[in-house]
Amino acid sequence: MSRLTDANVAIAYEIIGRYPRPKSALIPILHLAQEQDGYVAQDAMKHIADLVGVTSAEVFGTASFYEMFKFEPVGKYLLNICGTMSCALMGSEELMHHAEKRLGIKAGSTTPDGLITLEHAECQAACTEAPCLQVNYRYRFKMTPAELDTLIDDLAAGKLADEIPSHGVLATVRQHIPADRGVGAVAPEKVNESPEWLDGKSAL
Amino acid sequence: MSTTESTPDQVETEVVIDPNAVSLTINGKTVAARKGELIIAAADRTSDFIPRFCYHPRMKPVGMCRQCLVEVEGPRGPMMVVSCMTPVADGQVVHTETEQVKKAQEGILELLLANHPLDCPVCDKGGECPLQDQAFSHGPGESRYVEEKRHYEKPIAISDLVFLDRERCILCDRCTRFASEVAGDPLISFTHRGNNTQILTFPDEPFASYFSGNTVQICPVGALTAKPYRFKARPWDLEETQSTCTACSVGCATVIQSSRDQVLRYQGHDNDEVNWGWLCDRGRFNFESVNSEDRFTTPLVRVGESFVPTSWSSALEAAARTIRLAVSSKGANSVAILGGARLANEDARAWAMLASKLGITLHDAQLDDGLSTEVFNLPQATINDATSATTVILLSPDLKEELPVLYLRLRDAATKNRTRIIEFTTKASGLTRYAWKSVNYEPGAQVAAVNAALNDTEIAAQLGKGNVVVVLGRANLAESSDFTAQAYNAIAAAFPAATVLPVLRRGNIRGAATAGLTAGNNARSILTAASDGHVECLILLGADPLSDVPDLDLARRALASAHNIIAVETFPTASTLRADVVLPAAAYAERGGTTTNLEGRVLPLSQKITARGTSRPDWMIATELAEQLGADIDVESIDDLTAIDAPSEILQVLSVVGSSAPERNSYDLRLVVSRKMYDNAVSTVTSPSIAHLSIGAGIYLNSRDIERIGAPVGKDVKVSASSKSVILTLHADDSVLKGTAWVPFNQPGTDIRELLNADDLIVDVRVENLS
Repeated sequence: MSRLTDANVAIAYEIIGRYPRPKSALIPILHLAQEQDGYVAQDAMKHIADLVGVTSAEVFGTASFYEMFKFEPVGKYLLNICGTMSCALMGSEELMHHAEKRLGIKAGSTTPDGLITLEHAECQAACTEAPCLQVNYRYRFKMTPAELDTLIDDLAAGKLADEIPSHGVLATVRQHIPADRGVGAVAPEKVNESPEWLDGKSAL
Repeated sequence: MSTTESTPDQVETEVVIDPNAVSLTINGKTVAARKGELIIAAADRTSDFIPRFCYHPRMKPVGMCRQCLVEVEGPRGPMMVVSCMTPVADGQVVHTETEQVKKAQEGILELLLANHPLDCPVCDKGGECPLQDQAFSHGPGESRYVEEKRHYEKPIAISDLVFLDRERCILCDRCTRFASEVAGDPLISFTHRGNNTQILTFPDEPFASYFSGNTVQICPVGALTAKPYRFKARPWDLEETQSTCTACSVGCATVIQSSRDQVLRYQGHDNDEVNWGWLCDRGRFNFESVNSEDRFTTPLVRVGESFVPTSWSSALEAAARTIRLAVSSKGANSVAILGGARLANEDARAWAMLASKLGITLHDAQLDDGLSTEVFNLPQATINDATSATTVILLSPDLKEELPVLYLRLRDAATKNRTRIIEFTTKASGLTRYAWKSVNYEPGAQVAAVNAALNDTEIAAQLGKGNVVVVLGRANLAESSDFTAQAYNAIAAAFPAATVLPVLRRGNIRGAATAGLTAGNNARSILTAASDGHVECLILLGADPLSDVPDLDLARRALASAHNIIAVETFPTASTLRADVVLPAAAYAERGGTTTNLEGRVLPLSQKITARGTSRPDWMIATELAEQLGADIDVESIDDLTAIDAPSEILQVLSVVGSSAPERNSYDLRLVVSRKMYDNAVSTVTSPSIAHLSIGAGIYLNSRDIERIGAPVGKDVKVSASSKSVILTLHADDSVLKGTAWVPFNQPGTDIRELLNADDLIVDVRVENLS
């Protein structure tokens, strides 16, 4: 859909400035694009290719490796229900069936109002809290079908807006590195030297 | 069999004690190798073949397919290693055929075949397929995999020329490595992950590389197929012979493959000195032109306004009568020969012998679109000299467009930090990204640009570091070649040891020059003489002045005023329509001989199929014409024409007039006209697969100039110079220098040559809004 906004281009340049090679900023800027549109749009990938100096095919090749990058619009909330061993033993299958019935959609699709995309996920590394799920990568532990209903009601009512931002926003605070503290583009032969602002001292 | 796996010619090393020499044992045999070499490369010199899919001797190893596992003895017993990633070591003991190795190789093949569709009976690669061959020679013979295989949409077009069948792909990384590492066009990439990993382009950006055909050749399975060859033949029905591509003057080694007397495919062949196995898509796919229905197949003579097919004897008689009459009435100087760069060396010699027998001195194999052939007499460099030089100076056209495989070689040298490129150009070229310094100049200002660069301390220091090779050619058809000659002389004066790689692009221009077809007069004075009515008989040897001479008006007047025109041609062209006699010449792949590439290297041309209709090789036409004229040149077969050409004198500088460019009016833009790879060249437009790839006529300006003029991008504008004007579509292109305008040469659409005048040193154009 869209290229990065001017404000996001400024952030992208700041991110690029943290690495000796512009290409290294690819993944963080892909997250930025996903934060902007809720998914990684084709035009955004072309824009990123220009910003970091690679081809669009290389951006797509890297981005498509990762499950977390979506290339089609998804709901405002991405509901990932874990289906791996511990959660499966503790009733995640019932949870998924319940979610599908309650939302009227199958796993892998989005509610017609664009609010929730339901997905089956592999282990989310919270086996002691099984069955678990994530809403936009925010955990909900030891879920029951009743708690899932409450969660969906709360999401629809906008009650969780403070806690769970819309899909694509990973953190609500953004790290800021002043322009003079970035590494900036470094010539290949100097890539192992410390940045100028360190004044010759070791970075470690 | 397949030419894909050919290894580079091995250079013989002298018998001296080499600190880099190592000796290892492969299957009990002692093998000499060099430090840094890979086990698989050393094994390739023995009779023991290690199976492989991803390894290619011209690309970096990746260890992707694991098929080349071998055992190397170590302190803890034999260990499995990937032979394409493991360097040799002194005293290393390698086993490639033990039970362990066999088990590993069978295991890998079983896994590779798990998802492979095994649709060999309908696959173009079947019969020359490394996967098929190695499944037989190194595979388990049976699969334990009974589950559903991966399914994808059967072939998707990833470019105009290449189809991708993802089901057949074994993810070896050869095509993607070629695209990024060799061609510098990383437009295909691995996408997705795990079982879904697949090669794809970006959704709306095709694999539009000038070198895409090479990925088809190096694909070890049938995943990549080329549109012109799909379902055309079976490899076991193909006959092949080695030859040399003459689409430009690089001289890439090719293999011509044919079936039932029809050319079906060209493949690249590895020549260590020239092309390293690569071809550009124009050279690879223009084989279709040989099969074109448009070709001349029988001699034609003009009767009134139309051509009448006739026999060779009456056509030759008509041609001889014309020449005889011209010589007897107005002398030998009323006969002129244009062209010859299409010919083989032997053809060029036969015509040169005929010309000298008759006393014809007006001949030129270029069409006022190159540089003086004096460039062949400067101290010469080879392609390998250039790619191993400390510094390469580009005073040349965009090599990616005109001599694509030379671009690959120089790009390789620059990206591997062997060579620094200093480029002088009017417009960003294919090599600009890889150049150490890229100096932009306005047409006519190259001498000043070169002098300023030579005075730059950093550039002077770089040039002083070692060998300097100057790549010298005609960058702009809308300016006098005198400026380029002056710029070269400035470099030669500062660095007398610099050598020259001349890049005149026409196929065998160097062979024609060596044979003597360019000596004496140049095309411009021939055309001027013709337009003044001094040429009674104009002989065109594969030359089409009406399409190729930059000064279109001069060409028109010359062809209208020449009293008789004899065309020795394979294809009808704008100029052959004016001919009085057409003698059909055999095409590429229909005649043998040799050709000389831009380095002066004499390379073989092979005949693979019989000549179409009654067309004949050019040397035969020259010989028979000579006999008709009673000027026998004593040639009975092509072998009588394989004389060694005498070495030519060495020049230190080029002759110059010393012209200087006038000031540019600030309202005008200085014109640059140069070639793209795909244009209206006969061999391109008669090859349907590549004919539609030209960008079309248009004018390209820097966006700041567009803003100043206020003209609409994408719309037609009026482009005028000295009272003449043409209408062209305007495009924005910031690689065009501000203050200049770039127009591609010889494209479908409006002809920019309407504005060119051979006497103009430079051309300034005014671009105006039509509304």
